Amino acid sequence: MDMNDILETTFTLNGETVTRRVPVRQNLVDFLREAMGLTGTHIGCEHGVCGACTVRINGEIVRGCLVLAVQVEGRSVETIEGLTDSGEIADLQQAFHTRNALQCGFCTPGMLLTAQDLARKSPQASREEIREHIAGNLCRCTGYQAIVDAVVSVMRKRCEAAADGNSRHD
Amino acid sequence: MKAPPFNYTRADHLAEVFELLIQHGADAKILAGGQSLMPALNMRLSSPALLIDISRLGDHAPQLTAIRLQGACLHIGALATHAEVGASPVIRKHFPLLADAATHIAHPPIRNRGTFGGSLATADPAAEWPACCVALDAQIVLTSKSGSRQIAAREFFQGIYTTALQPDEIITEVIFPVPGEGWRQAFVELARRRGDYAIAGVAALAKVDGSAINDLHLAFLGVGDKPVLAVETSRVFVSKGFSDSSLRDAQQALAIEIDPAADLYTSAAAKRHLAQVLAGRVMKQLLAA
Ligand SMILES: Cc1cc2nc3c(=O)[nH]c(=O)nc-3n(C[C@H](O)[C@H](O)[C@H](O)COP(=O)(O)OP(=O)(O)OC[C@H]3O[C@@H](n4cnc5c(N)ncnc54)[C@H](O)[C@@H]3O)c2cc1C
Ligand code: FES
Ligand code: FES
Repeated sequence: MDMNDILETTFTLNGETVTRRVPVRQNLVDFLREAMGLTGTHIGCEHGVCGACTVRINGEIVRGCLVLAVQVEGRSVETIEGLTDSGEIADLQQAFHTRNALQCGFCTPGMLLTAQDLARKSPQASREEIREHIAGNLCRCTGYQAIVDAVVSVMRKRCEAAADGNSRHD
Repeated sequence: MKAPPFNYTRADHLAEVFELLIQHGADAKILAGGQSLMPALNMRLSSPALLIDISRLGDHAPQLTAIRLQGACLHIGALATHAEVGASPVIRKHFPLLADAATHIAHPPIRNRGTFGGSLATADPAAEWPACCVALDAQIVLTSKSGSRQIAAREFFQGIYTTALQPDEIITEVIFPVPGEGWRQAFVELARRRGDYAIAGVAALAKVDGSAINDLHLAFLGVGDKPVLAVETSRVFVSKGFSDSSLRDAQQALAIEIDPAADLYTSAAAKRHLAQVLAGRVMKQLLAA
């Protein structure tokens, strides 16, 4: 066991294995933005309050500002860039666009990851549950109404599509 | 802001943690979920020389992350996350109090990393887990190189951010006696916004038979420098049952038992009043259950 201020770290980033020498005091978001050039993950408060830094580690959403980059050794990290490229949230992104659910866009990547987290875990979530799930993601522009509308509309469409799919199998 | 410089080591085994704690003493800090320590580092409220990352210890010592029934007790490993505790079927079945309280802790991304043991070690007087442990009369297991000891949660918390934890020890697990037939649990809290630390809250465990309250443990959060076990308030309900008049008596007893300090947003008087309101709400919830 070594004590270090720089640590070689290997992990999966949006599906690809990467190995980098990482300063141990660097948080995950700064590392993604500065070392990996992935600037879609934003950094706001740096103490866990705003949600702009939301990323996924092993499939679960976390605060990127409250994780050290070296802590993702051996883990799978997904960012807004990865979710965009895979098409996983294309419908959510389209709905945010259509419904004006973003203005400056600062909160948007975090908002999308958080909304997608709920949509995956409870596809039937109510408006109230959506509000609660995104309560840790602050938006200074939209007043949230349009964001919740967008998420509601996508979750409803996905449920309908799933029901359609099922009935076609019957 | 950015964290100050520090050295970092990821421990694979408990033995390494104990050696490092002995070697580095107060210069070292344990890093578990990081959901209190990382903000403190980023705001430069803390500047340890060494972080000892214990978040991977569960890979070799599964009891540190496990949530399991053993005999008449529930064991929660110190590294179990808030989210894991809240979602555990065993906990939902035997400790609805903990499942309810989990939904009040911060937000989902924070609950995915923050740990049960980290919350107890932090000992924020407005935190949910410490009050739950006091209401449920949990035993906290502290382990060092020389072995383990158990301490009652009711003695572990000593003041704001202050506990009985010694510098060479870490919390390894928490043990709860499973309440038997006739026991009910409830949790209520008031916060300015969903996910904020509580203004005031209360965790309750009661033995109820019809309308009789045979035993009651009310632990308040946010209204003192640590969780407050409101013994006199509980005694009023046990001796008089629950009614408008016993509630008034209990609320008077509570006003004397708690000594809230004002925080940034809420005066001491308002906190005292809100705790009294919550006493009524939690009793109604217990009796409706
Ligand atoms: C925005 C925000 C809102 C929050 N809201 C709430 C809330 O409403 N309610 C609430 O209860 N909490 C809240 N928290 C705090 C959160 O619950 C933390 O997870 C918890 O307080 C600390 O646990 P951790 O595992 O993250 O510990 P860490 O941050 O890793 O460590 C915290 C402290 O505990 C020590 N420590 C950790 N584990 C151990 C151990 N096993 N043995 C000995 N010492 C240990 C560390 O050395 C450190 O000093 C919030 C946090 C944030 C960022
Ligand atoms: S930057 Fe991480 S929560 Fe604000
Ligand atoms: S769109 Fe500007 S912060 Fe949300």
